[in-house]
Amino acid sequence: MNISVLLFVIIAIIGVSFFAYNIWKIKFNIGLGLPEERSDQKGARLKTMLLVAFGQKKMFSRPIPALLHLCLYVAFVITQIELFEIFTDGVLDEHRFFRSSLGGLYTFTISFIEILSVSAFIATIVFLARRNLLKLPRLKMKEMIGWPTKDANLILIFELILLICIFTMNGADEVLFQRGASHAEMGTNGSFGFSVSSILGPILFDGLSTDSLHIAERVGWWGHLIMVLGFLNYLPYSKHFHILLAFPNTYYSNLEAKGKFSNMDSVTKEVKLMMDPTADPYAAPDPGTPPPSRFGAKDVTDLSWKNLMDAYTCTECGRCTSSCPANITGKLLSPRKIMMDTRDRLVEVGEAKRKNGKDFEDGKALLGDYISEEELWACTSCNACVDECPVNIDPLSIIIDLRRFLVMEESKIPNELTGMLTNIENNGAPWQFSQNDRLNWANEE
Amino acid sequence: MQVPTMAEMVAKGEQPDILFWVGCSGSFDDRAKKITKALVKILNKCKVSFAVLGSEESCSGDPAKRAGNEFTYQMQAMMNIEVLNGYDIKKIVTACPHCFNTLKNEYPELGGDYEVIHHTQLIQDLINTGKLTLASAGTFKGKKITFHDPCYLGRANDVYEAPRQLIAKLDAELVEMKRCKSKGLCCGAGGAQMFKEAEKGNKEINIERTEDATATNAEVIATGCPFCNTMMTDGIKNAEKEGTVKVLDVAELIANAAEL
Repeated sequence: MNISVLLFVIIAIIGVSFFAYNIWKIKFNIGLGLPEERSDQKGARLKTMLLVAFGQKKMFSRPIPALLHLCLYVAFVITQIELFEIFTDGVLDEHRFFRSSLGGLYTFTISFIEILSVSAFIATIVFLARRNLLKLPRLKMKEMIGWPTKDANLILIFELILLICIFTMNGADEVLFQRGASHAEMGTNGSFGFSVSSILGPILFDGLSTDSLHIAERVGWWGHLIMVLGFLNYLPYSKHFHILLAFPNTYYSNLEAKGKFSNMDSVTKEVKLMMDPTADPYAAPDPGTPPPSRFGAKDVTDLSWKNLMDAYTCTECGRCTSSCPANITGKLLSPRKIMMDTRDRLVEVGEAKRKNGKDFEDGKALLGDYISEEELWACTSCNACVDECPVNIDPLSIIIDLRRFLVMEESKIPNELTGMLTNIENNGAPWQFSQNDRLNWANEE
Repeated sequence: MQVPTMAEMVAKGEQPDILFWVGCSGSFDDRAKKITKALVKILNKCKVSFAVLGSEESCSGDPAKRAGNEFTYQMQAMMNIEVLNGYDIKKIVTACPHCFNTLKNEYPELGGDYEVIHHTQLIQDLINTGKLTLASAGTFKGKKITFHDPCYLGRANDVYEAPRQLIAKLDAELVEMKRCKSKGLCCGAGGAQMFKEAEKGNKEINIERTEDATATNAEVIATGCPFCNTMMTDGIKNAEKEGTVKVLDVAELIANAAEL
């Protein structure tokens, strides 16, 4: 085994293992959530995933970013073929291993990848411009200050470097081939005939000596590999994790009517007991019954695993916030911030629990330390955020669960709503009208 | 106005085809009562066999549930389900999308399984089956009407077409707001906001939404929700356009066009 193969294998193993470790951590964190049944209706789930994640269906309500995003998405998916060859070459110490066996198909595939890479390059530049020059309002909101903005720009820069590596590799190799010095076919003069690099290569690299070209080609090759592994390991720390989680997250989408809020079974039990005249209020609970859980959510561990997966899937695009009636009219609520807060708090809780044991409490909570009551009470439960999300994230269910805790555990509720609830309890309407008068309208003119 | 109650029906040994769930707004709010009456006129005109619960009806629990008080919600829901199941109700129509959503989607888990429809769906059916005919040269012929999608009818339950098809029957020109259907902007009343002051911001949501509506130059803002009606009416008052723009429920438009 020569030194470059050894180096390749070591780098690949380190990169993949570290990624696997981070995935395990995220899986552990999502597992901190409460159970929620989302494994039924497999056909409908698969269809949702194919349409929404794979087919990008919901992106297209905003066509310009949708098209730009599609360029990156398709290029990303198809480029994995080239990555497969890089791995094969790296392990076998080959150069363009599949070229001789695939022939024309190889030329076509790499040409296709190159065209997609050019479109991805342009899209990335436009995305950078949208964030930094055009300063799109939804990308410049309060919650985006600091790390989120840096994160977004870093991702785009990584992508540019990756694309530059691809063209350096293919371009330099093209010129080498023209000089009869490519390792793909040593001693033969020719052109790979790839769509972009056969033109771009000579323009960029013709001035270099053959030795320098070999170095440039290797820089592109190793650069590509290191960028891919680096990027892979950056993902778990970044909003960009959506490229992986978009698929499971849409698969486990809520398939029920959006207006249906979850039924709290724990409350049903209590209410039934309350309404049952034969119930013994002093009866001891069955020895097998689990201790009563908290009503609603105070912290991330009171949310369902799907809420937590939602949080990791969010790529902070802000479509939810830009369609939120409360946010549009200047209120504090931003559904995107709800998701970011949930994720940030989950990372914190997960880290602490792994360090100090699973029962460790740090005295902080999602409610209060991250999300304020004012944000929660601004929500009109209109479902615009849920409808907008291109990867079917549901910020509303988190908002409602936090409200439930505030109201049922802490009795913290705006004054007017206390009145409304008292009226419902006393006279069966949110206003102070007698239930006996409900039909008065029939006799009024 | 002839409005049979379930108690009266059962005393006579009769069972109506459909229960009209009036809701709190429809029962007590002066503006919403007009919508209730418009719908009853349509039901009576078409000889629909219906009844109301009257004093046996109670809040569906929607605002309590949205406000986070699941206890109050479930107590309401369970009491209502007792009454509804006691009368062996199979089908319910309501003019309130909040009641509609709660009865349709949230009651089943507590033992209340009914076919629940919104009044625009019922009226659409009455017209399609020829039970209701509209006067040919209706009041709204050629007028511009825009429809504000109630969140709990549209996004929450994917009902977008029934109200629009009814507006089309008026020979009116349906003009859509820039934010409509699944992208429609909330009026600001949902999620129990109807019963509280809005949080601090720089604008009221209903003002923002009314601007969407007035930008279409429509003479009528049609709604299908008593809360939306209140919010849009307030928005029009705020814009001092009461003279030129009317806020009406789809049931009122149809009752008017059918000369009821």
